[in-house]
Amino acid sequence: MRAKYVMSEVFLGLWRNISMTVAMIITMAVSLTMLGAGLLLYNQVDVIEEYYQTNLEVVVYMQRDVTEEVSEKIGEELRASPYVKQAQYESQEEAYERFQETFAETKDLVDSVDPEVLPSAWRVEMHDINDADQLIADFAEREGVYQVTNQRDILQEVFDILGGAQRLTLVVALVQGVAALMLVANTIQVAAYSRRREVAIMKLVGAPNWFVQAPFVLEAVFAGVIGSIFAFATLIAAKFLVIDGQFSNLFSLMPPITMQSILILLPILTGISAVISAITAWITLRFNIKV
Amino acid sequence: MGRLTMRASTVRAKSSRDPFAHVTYGAETAEYATLVLEPPDRLRTSAVRLRLVIQLEGVTKHYPRSNRPSVEDVNVFIDKGEFVFFIGPTGAGKSTMIKLLLREEVPDKGTITVGETDVTKLRRWKVPAYRRSIGCVFQDFRLLPNRTAAENVAFALEVIGKPRSVARRVVPEVLELVGLGGKEHRYPHELSGGEQQRVAVARAFVNRPLLLLADEPTGNLDPDTSIEIMRLLDRISRTGTTILMVTHDSNIVNQMRRRVIEIENGQIVRDQARGVYG
Repeated sequence: MRAKYVMSEVFLGLWRNISMTVAMIITMAVSLTMLGAGLLLYNQVDVIEEYYQTNLEVVVYMQRDVTEEVSEKIGEELRASPYVKQAQYESQEEAYERFQETFAETKDLVDSVDPEVLPSAWRVEMHDINDADQLIADFAEREGVYQVTNQRDILQEVFDILGGAQRLTLVVALVQGVAALMLVANTIQVAAYSRRREVAIMKLVGAPNWFVQAPFVLEAVFAGVIGSIFAFATLIAAKFLVIDGQFSNLFSLMPPITMQSILILLPILTGISAVISAITAWITLRFNIKV
Repeated sequence: MGRLTMRASTVRAKSSRDPFAHVTYGAETAEYATLVLEPPDRLRTSAVRLRLVIQLEGVTKHYPRSNRPSVEDVNVFIDKGEFVFFIGPTGAGKSTMIKLLLREEVPDKGTITVGETDVTKLRRWKVPAYRRSIGCVFQDFRLLPNRTAAENVAFALEVIGKPRSVARRVVPEVLELVGLGGKEHRYPHELSGGEQQRVAVARAFVNRPLLLLADEPTGNLDPDTSIEIMRLLDRISRTGTTILMVTHDSNIVNQMRRRVIEIENGQIVRDQARGVYG
């Protein structure tokens, strides 16, 4: 009986103030989409880190005119270094093959590069990639060495870009979130005003506080849940249309964003938005409906 | 006055239960001289005077930041089943007293006890449960316009979690009691002012409260209808419900001859057992 009354009040309240309800849902959806994207990026950084952590190498590029002798000597010294787990030689031909593989889709680029242009190299697998700087310091200035690169430094740039994108989404999520919560507060005030008669009578006959407040809080929670479902749908659409669709080349450089990591966002987003909406509504009520 | 007393004795012969029984309708209805209200007979009153329902001791309430009327060191003791009029000029503090009793306001000083409850020490979350022991009637009826008479009364039961079966049983009874049998399904706008006030009284009484607060219940009603409402309140008072009524209607006070508490500038200036408006 009471549940039915509360539910009918919730929908009546949302319907009576439909423009505000729609505005509330839209801002919430945008905010939550951004939050979801931010969380995906956060997760993605983790995935990439894990993916490369075991495969990261230090590459010691030899000068193009280096003699085999010098090259061998460097190799031996590398193997003797306490930081090095394994060192493998990559000849110019092998480097060219790798290059062809990597850029197989851009034929022009492959055609424009001679095999001789690419340097031979020692690909060094470290015990601990964090010691790379010391190894680089040891070998960078050696005769015959052209350049020593730490793959992690290259990866760091990717991380920086992802981190920047993540910060951007979180800032947008925050700003939109604040707007959404203000709309919630406003909606609740309007609803409380339009139902002031009922509220006054309920308090007069001794209705428990939770019962007086429930329709308002549930209104906010309902809008929050609908907003999170829209946000979830937007993220799914983004996965199919943007990541797997139009910009698939761009995203193929990093491990794919799995469906699973998006699916897990549904309960997270719904939970966050429901709880925050409810708290906002409840706080608003404390100022509007005094006992 | 002598005429009134004489009339009273003849009325008593007719009906000792309903003080308004002699009121006839039609041409003479508005004639207040014919309306004679007898106080409840003494034996009955002493029988129900078992305990105090309201105790106000040294109650003081000021509103430093607004010019709402304040109350100053008020002491009132009201027994179970008593019918008390609160009179006094506008702004004397009558409504503040009602607010204090409803625990819409908390006094600055003093204690308020209603029934067994020390209202001044009541925790916020216990306020709703406390209010269930008090019924309220106001000048403006305060009915929900989109609900029928029966639904308005049922609402009071609904929101405190009484099952629907209780409402189905109790609501028709109460509406019958207030004289609205057959009009259960009318909406407030289909009822006259007096009938709307009856619905409000039914809603206030449906939980059988210990105390019924009536803030100018006849303020919006014509004299005839006022008499009907007073008769209803009198009947409710006889069930042992304490009634505290704020009013400006001197005719009603003079003819009911019940306890009158007069307030002026937030202080009690008169507390008379069978008072008149004065």
